[in-house]
Amino acid sequence: MSSDKTSGGLRSPFRRKLLLGMAALPALTLLPRGAIAQALATDAVNTTKLAVTDSTVKVGILHSTTGTMAISETGSVQAEKLAIAQINEMGGVLGRKIEVIQEDGASDWPTFAEKARKLLVEDKVAAVFGCWTSASRKAVLPVFEQYNGMLYYPTFYEGLEQSKNVIYTGQEATQQILAGLDWVSKEKSAKSFFLIGSDYIWPRTSNKIARKHIEKNGQKVVGEEYFPLGHTQFNSVINKIKLTKPDVIYASVVGGSNVAFYKQLKAAGINLEKQTLMTISVTEDELLGIGGENIAGAYACMKYFQSLKNPNNEKFVAAFKKMWGGESVIGDVTQAGYLGPWLWKLTVEKAQSFDIDKIAVASEGIEFKEAPEGYVRVHANHHLWSKTRVGRARMDGQFDMVYETADLIEPDPFPKGYQ
Amino acid sequence: MKQAIQSGSPFRVTGEMAGVLLLALFIVVVLPLGLDTFRLNMVGKYLTYAFVALGLVLCWGSAGILSLGQGIFFGLGGYCMAMFLKLEASSPEATKIQSTPGIPDFMDWNQLTALPWFWEPFHSLTFSVVAVVAVPALLAFVVGLAMFKRRVGGVYFAIITQAFAAILTILIVGQQGYTGGINGITDLRTLKGWDIRTDEAKLVLYFVNAALLIGCILLCLYVRHSKLGRILVALRDKEDRVRFSGYDVANFKIFVFCFAAALSAVGGAMFTLQVGFMSPSFVGIVPSIEMVIYCAVGGRLSLLGAVYGTLLVNWAKTLLSESFPELWLFAMGALFIGVVMVFPNGLAGLYQQYLAPHVKRALSRGRTIAPAPASATTSAIVPPHTAAD
Repeated sequence: MSSDKTSGGLRSPFRRKLLLGMAALPALTLLPRGAIAQALATDAVNTTKLAVTDSTVKVGILHSTTGTMAISETGSVQAEKLAIAQINEMGGVLGRKIEVIQEDGASDWPTFAEKARKLLVEDKVAAVFGCWTSASRKAVLPVFEQYNGMLYYPTFYEGLEQSKNVIYTGQEATQQILAGLDWVSKEKSAKSFFLIGSDYIWPRTSNKIARKHIEKNGQKVVGEEYFPLGHTQFNSVINKIKLTKPDVIYASVVGGSNVAFYKQLKAAGINLEKQTLMTISVTEDELLGIGGENIAGAYACMKYFQSLKNPNNEKFVAAFKKMWGGESVIGDVTQAGYLGPWLWKLTVEKAQSFDIDKIAVASEGIEFKEAPEGYVRVHANHHLWSKTRVGRARMDGQFDMVYETADLIEPDPFPKGYQ
Repeated sequence: MKQAIQSGSPFRVTGEMAGVLLLALFIVVVLPLGLDTFRLNMVGKYLTYAFVALGLVLCWGSAGILSLGQGIFFGLGGYCMAMFLKLEASSPEATKIQSTPGIPDFMDWNQLTALPWFWEPFHSLTFSVVAVVAVPALLAFVVGLAMFKRRVGGVYFAIITQAFAAILTILIVGQQGYTGGINGITDLRTLKGWDIRTDEAKLVLYFVNAALLIGCILLCLYVRHSKLGRILVALRDKEDRVRFSGYDVANFKIFVFCFAAALSAVGGAMFTLQVGFMSPSFVGIVPSIEMVIYCAVGGRLSLLGAVYGTLLVNWAKTLLSESFPELWLFAMGALFIGVVMVFPNGLAGLYQQYLAPHVKRALSRGRTIAPAPASATTSAIVPPHTAAD
């Protein structure tokens, strides 16, 4: 719904404003950096009465710290707090220290909406980092659009959405799916796929895209099954898998169901070293619960793995462990959560303003070179250009990256031909 | 039933009226003056749960039928309203980027190409408003007929209502092309062209909600003081005697269950209007039990107590979760344990015990039907004769 408003109305005014902004930019860069920060009085950088003072700026963190989603969302909270701490160490944003107001969405969608409204209306935060499930994002989206807030949303998700008031730092469905499918088709000469997922919008949309892509390539989907969230009895579908003998099991089972699914696969004698299984829903966080011995050998299609070898990531992992303990693991979404505050800081500095409207426009083209996943860039549609990577699960709960796309993949939340 | 407000001491009636008046004053004057629009809208949301609590006071407190599935009716009422609002928000112009314009967005995502037949009537506001009350009442009637005619009651009935709540949740989540699935029906915008998201609209809806709530309280009072209300109490305390006196016990139970369902549904519809979406998270077992807790905290024998209880619990929930995002659930747990251990008859019980004697002696006379505090919580849940022949 949000999209109808944005895709038609957003782009052209966006471009126009952006061009105006670009025209003004060279003039700004002529001034020395420090002079700008001091010269920018609060009135100038904050024309919409956000919670910005001469020395501080308030932002919100809105995740579930209680309830069923807490286990997944905790990583995002930690990553966001780490990023904010690092930004503050560097002197904050436009010379202002970031103050965090944290709210608990309690794994409950209306609570998310209520807290989002509180953050925007009462606290007047300049940005909110938060939400995890699609349901919580859908619940807060009208709130952000109505009160003109800015949400940095970290989870990979189903796409079909685009808003002036949201920056999606995770992958939309095509970014996560297509390249992975192509890789597995080539690498494993796969001809048949069995799709299995939890029953809600993200797995269904993802599998819809996967199915179209598979069929386009002349391959076959031999089964497609969905199970309610929290489901733990997978024996019947495992029997079907054994009967249909697919080349690839394509899994988007989420949350606690994962543990049961992989244990039962193993118990049924399906050896993931031989049977190819590709999942788009298991990160390092889930691996911890499933246990490496149950899933070792499976492939996961993500944009980030903790084991990525690059200087940015090594720094990030070290800082994360220093702040949150050596035992902590970092999954795809946690890393995407870390991007949020940084992208916001860069955008505010580019726009030289905390105003939401200016940030919405200035976001296009923001580059973050220090991202742990490697270089990322914000697209005009408020999603990130990012790579797709395939990792293979190890016994010790980490992934070995076996493939990454050569180039960044363009985000396409409304993929033509896949709807 | 024909003799309206029957016998009873006139003092009690005026006493209760004074209570209602006080509550009305609190909701309609004090809160709007003391709170900003944001907080007031939140109180408005809490008050929609109070409808459910009212229904529970009649159903559980008066008639001794504990339903752990009131969320079903709250949800159905809310969904009926949400379906109307969603259709209005899904005009072909507003949804022109979809593969099939003119249908709700989640249908388009689930590859539906036409509006399902049962959505069609929800284009009409009149139908939707009638459906808000009629659909849940009808479901309650069917469930009640099946259960009470077979003399299923007590714990068994409570468990069955839980099962229904679970079934309905699974149905809604599973049929996401038709219901919006776990996301629910979101992004509701206008009611007959009137934008319900603006601050003014929220204020108006708050007062509509408050007026409806007061109306429902009066209706409940009327039912309680009628002969019907007395029979309900009688069948809670000694069901067999009522049956032997020639009453068809089942019919009375079905009535009060349907009545409670209809009340919950009104709350659900108001919830949708004020919050702007409806999702299965209000239908399931957990919210249903939470609603029973509101009623228990307020005092399940008192209509006004239930409203205050709902306000108190929700206000505490919001306040605690804002101050202690990581610990608030423990504080809530402590609050509930405290209620059950220290004052099992809830707020209303406290009032009865400490304040009422001072306020007006006549007031407490009518409530002697309340069992002794210690056994209060269990006696109503398990009427002794439910499974008899």
